[in-house]
Amino acid sequence: MSSTFDIVADVISETSEIPREKITPEMHAIDDLGIDSLDFLDIVFALDKKFGIKIPLEQWTQEVNAGKASVEEYFVLKNLCAHIDELIAKKNA
Amino acid sequence: MRLEYFQMIDSVVAFDAAAGTIHAKANVPETSPVFEGHFPGYPIMPGVLLIETMAQASGFLILGMNGLTRMPFFMGVQKAKFRKFVGPGTVLDVHARIEHDGSGFTVTKARIEHDGPVCDAELTLRIMDFPAEELRTSLLERAATMGLSQAIGAGAGEAT
Repeated sequence: MSSTFDIVADVISETSEIPREKITPEMHAIDDLGIDSLDFLDIVFALDKKFGIKIPLEQWTQEVNAGKASVEEYFVLKNLCAHIDELIAKKNA
Repeated sequence: MRLEYFQMIDSVVAFDAAAGTIHAKANVPETSPVFEGHFPGYPIMPGVLLIETMAQASGFLILGMNGLTRMPFFMGVQKAKFRKFVGPGTVLDVHARIEHDGSGFTVTKARIEHDGPVCDAELTLRIMDFPAEELRTSLLERAATMGLSQAIGAGAGEAT
């Protein structure tokens, strides 16, 4: 979890020019860090490549829009990292 | 090319779904109002139109990959480099390949060649359902005219 978070935070910092030290696991990517949808796609692209996974962003967006999941479920960084860990585990299974 | 209609790609030379690549031709017109302003006495293709050409080749590549079922929209370009001028009447070879097939977006690397490299860039396209039936119909017609439908083995009339 911590290593995943470190990588995610590094990517966010590099992509969005947010100082690395200001990024914490409890932060909301949109509400707290002000990342817009285009920047978030760049972040997902970088994370997909770094972890060798395909983050199901369309599915997540549909779940949020349909009220089946909260925005926090996917966009609070510690939750995002947990989902990434699940995707990595599935890939390695 | 029909610059005033933003139709940059003329024909598809090759499409390879397994490799995720496309090779297309784009014929720069001999005359266009674009050249009257860019530039008087020294007509050259604007760099933004070369980027648009690479974006459209990338778009047709993605349409080919998804069987003409979802629409790619150009949303980002990085690392664009223009290596030589392109004048009226130039025949351009446009190449694009899938760099990353993401969820709801695709990143491509594209380049244009004419007697060597002309320009290259990394492009990001968002993939969406067709927002208008007229757009879908028009694109299916264009895909057939350019030879994309034939190249992917899917008749335009059959794609949904």
